[in-house]
Amino acid sequence: MKRWLKILSFMLVVRPLIIIVIGLNVYQRERLPKQGPHVIIANHNSHLDTLVLMSLFPWSQLHRVRPVAAADYFLSNRWLAWFSTNVLDIIPVHRDGSAERKDLLADCQTALKAGDILILFPEGSRGKPESMQPMKKGVYHMLKETPEIGVTPVLLRGLGRALPKGEALLVPRNCDVAVGDSIYADQTAEGFMGAVDEAFVELKAQCQGSAWLDEGL
Amino acid sequence: MFEIAPHARTVVLAVLGLLCVASLSRLWLAQQNPTRDYQELKLRIRSWWWMIGLLFVVLMLNRQAGIVFFAFLSYLALKEFFSIVPTRLTDRRVLFWAYLAIPLQYFWIWHDWYGMFNVFVPVYVFLFLPVRMLLLGDNNGFIRSAGVIHWMVMLAVYCISHLAALLTLPVINHAAGYLGPVLFVIFLTQFNDVCQYIWGKQVGRRKIIPLVSPNKTWGGFIGGCVTVTLCSGMIGPYLTGLSWQLSLVVGAMIAVAGFFGDVVISSVKRDLGIKDTGQLIPGHGGILDRLDSIIYTAPIFFHFYRYFAY
Repeated sequence: MKRWLKILSFMLVVRPLIIIVIGLNVYQRERLPKQGPHVIIANHNSHLDTLVLMSLFPWSQLHRVRPVAAADYFLSNRWLAWFSTNVLDIIPVHRDGSAERKDLLADCQTALKAGDILILFPEGSRGKPESMQPMKKGVYHMLKETPEIGVTPVLLRGLGRALPKGEALLVPRNCDVAVGDSIYADQTAEGFMGAVDEAFVELKAQCQGSAWLDEGL
Repeated sequence: MFEIAPHARTVVLAVLGLLCVASLSRLWLAQQNPTRDYQELKLRIRSWWWMIGLLFVVLMLNRQAGIVFFAFLSYLALKEFFSIVPTRLTDRRVLFWAYLAIPLQYFWIWHDWYGMFNVFVPVYVFLFLPVRMLLLGDNNGFIRSAGVIHWMVMLAVYCISHLAALLTLPVINHAAGYLGPVLFVIFLTQFNDVCQYIWGKQVGRRKIIPLVSPNKTWGGFIGGCVTVTLCSGMIGPYLTGLSWQLSLVVGAMIAVAGFFGDVVISSVKRDLGIKDTGQLIPGHGGILDRLDSIIYTAPIFFHFYRYFAY
C-alpha cells in the first residue's frame, strides 16, 4: 500500500514538478546503484534535494529509497509528518539529543540489512545557498562494520537558488546533478572522509554550467 | 481537429519523409561500418523525430494549442538562460517576475492585441524589472543584473513569441492556411543551419569569426545563403502570401539572421566556458542550442511579412 502511494505521488506530483519546474542535467547517471543496500550522500542546500535524489531512481527501486531526515522538521506537524512517513518514507533523526546516537545508527543499519538505499546529508542541515560545510563522519561509523556496502557521493548544484533555506518562493531553474564513484568504509575514518571530500571536488569541476554559483553573487 | 491546408500537409509529409531518409541512412551507415559508434547520431535523429513530431501534432490541433506550445518553449528557454547566466542571489524575486512576462506576452497574442504584443517586453517589462530590483535594496551588481535579465527576456520571450504571432495573422494564402508562414520560417531556419554546415564541410576554408566559432567559414556562409535564398524563392509563394521576388529577399534575410543567432548563442557559451546550454534534448544539448537561430529569424521574418504582405 505504502509502496504504491509513494510511486503514485512521485508519478503524479513529484516527477512532473521536477521535470517542468526544475529540469535536471545529470552527469554519470549510470553510476547510481541498481539495488540496495547502498548509501547515497549529497550536499544539502534546499528542501528540493531529497525529492530530486529520489526521482533519479527507477520506479521499481523507488520504494527502497529512504531519506534520513531530521524529526524536528519533518515530523513537526500532522500534514508534514503524514507526507514524510507515507510518501517519503523517512528514517527520522532526532537532532535535539532526545534519542541516543546508537539508536539512529541502529535504525539505519536495520534499513540497510533489509536492502534499502539510504539518502544522507552528512553536512547536517541545509547551509547557505550553494556553499558546502564540512561533512560529518556519521556515515563512516554506520558502515565500518559492513564495509561491503558502497557509498555514492552525489553533488547537487543550483537547487539552493531554486528554493533556498528560509524561502517559500520557488523560482524555476535547471539544476546539475553529478554522480561519483562508490567509496567504501574499509579504511580509516580519515582516509574515508578524505576520499569523500576529493570526490565532491572532482564532481564540482564537472558542473561547468553552474560554476558561477561560487562567485558569491 | 487535424484539418490541415493542402500545402501545409505536403510540407509536413515532406519533412517526415526527410526524417525517414535520415533514420534509414543511419541504419545503412551502421551496417556498412559495424565497428564505428553511431550512438550520437542515433540520439540526434531520435530527438529530431520527437521535436518535429511534437511540433506538427500541436500545430495541427489548432492555433491556440500552437500559442500555448510556443509559450512553453519560451519558458524552457528562459529557464535555461537563468540557469547558466550569472545573476545575484537577491535577484531571485526579479527572475520570478521575469517568468510572469511569459503568460502575459502570449495572452496579448491569444487576444490578437498586436500593439501590446509589440511593446510589452521592450517597454513595460524593460521599465518594470529594474524597479522591482531596486526595491530589493541591493546596489552591488545592479547594472549588470538589470542588463542581463532584460536581455534574456528579450531573446527567450519576446523573440520566440513572434512564432506564435505568425499563427494569428489573417490567412492570405488559403492553400497553406495559418500554418504556412510558421512552417516556412522554422523549416528555412533549420535548413539554413544544415546548409551552412554542409557547405562549410565541403568548401569552407577561411574562417569568419575564428575566436567565437571556429567552424564558421566564408564558404559555408555564402553557400548556405545562396542555397537558402533560392529555396526560399521557390517555397515562399507556396507556403506564404509573398511573391517569389519578396521570398528571395526574405530568404536571404533568414539566412543571415539565422547565422548570427547561432553565433550569438555561441558567444554566450564561450563567455561562460560551457559546451552546451543544457541536457534537455539528447544529442543536441539544451533547448537554446536548438532555438539559437530561430530566436533571430522569427522576429525578422514576422515584421518583413507583416509589412510587405498586408
